[in-house]
Amino acid sequence: MNGWPALDRFLQTDPRDVGCAEAMEMLHVYVDVVAADDAEERYPGIAAHLRARGPCGEDFEALLAVVRDAAG
Amino acid sequence: MLCTVIPVNSVVDEIPARLDPESAGWLRVLAVTGPQREAALARLHEMLLRIAQREVRRRAQRLRIVGPELEDLAYQAAADALMAITGKLGQFRGESRFTTWAYRFVILEVSAKLGRHFWRRPDVPLDAEDWDRLPDRFGFEPAQESERRDLLAALRRAVDTELTPRQREVFVAIVLNGVPLDALAVRLGSSRNAVYKMMFDARRKLRAALAANGYLDHDDSGRS
Repeated sequence: MNGWPALDRFLQTDPRDVGCAEAMEMLHVYVDVVAADDAEERYPGIAAHLRARGPCGEDFEALLAVVRDAAG
Repeated sequence: MLCTVIPVNSVVDEIPARLDPESAGWLRVLAVTGPQREAALARLHEMLLRIAQREVRRRAQRLRIVGPELEDLAYQAAADALMAITGKLGQFRGESRFTTWAYRFVILEVSAKLGRHFWRRPDVPLDAEDWDRLPDRFGFEPAQESERRDLLAALRRAVDTELTPRQREVFVAIVLNGVPLDALAVRLGSSRNAVYKMMFDARRKLRAALAANGYLDHDDSGRS
């Protein structure tokens, strides 16, 4: 039985998730790679962390938007 | 006008050879004293402020912050980010463009300041446990009422039996009371990383308990 997909997604955890400290330390590098390439293959642990809908994911989206806007 | 060049290893250890021209330009101009550096700092501050204003406005509606407070937060975030950038210039290794590295500081400052600002709201519950809000938060279909009741009861049992007191406290604050993780970290005198880890472990335990009892499917994707 799985009648609550949003809760199911929320409770899922990825063992590759590196946590906030490492993700934030590498955020600028990751964003530049995302803007130009496939960051998920190069940094699977950071990708896993940013998918987890925490505050780092919000910071990532914000920084990526700024960089993409600046690139025009 | 002449500028004094600071020996490169006192501000930036070295300008990485692979750096793009724009980033190398930023490093060069920030490594001197005089009007060139002042102009570059003013330009950088202007860019940081614009980003902070946009980001504060974007997040404000959800956090219910309005008026001049927003502008104050943006100015503080830009000023603190600029100070952090100049203080840590020697740590920039050219792994990204200089501006991306610099912008990261202002985004993180906005997050930190909004986390602290959250507790100025007088109506924030921390200990209340409003389990009735869960269906709305996770979008349960009203047609599935009996299934919802069963799953909700199972989740509540798992929260009570599987989590440590600290994990339970974090789960209740974030999931039931809607406290942002950064704000909770401030209240607990902890860090974003530590609270995230606590919540990560809580999520893993709860999912395992619900799957073991048939309420959620077993995950065979390598995640848990």
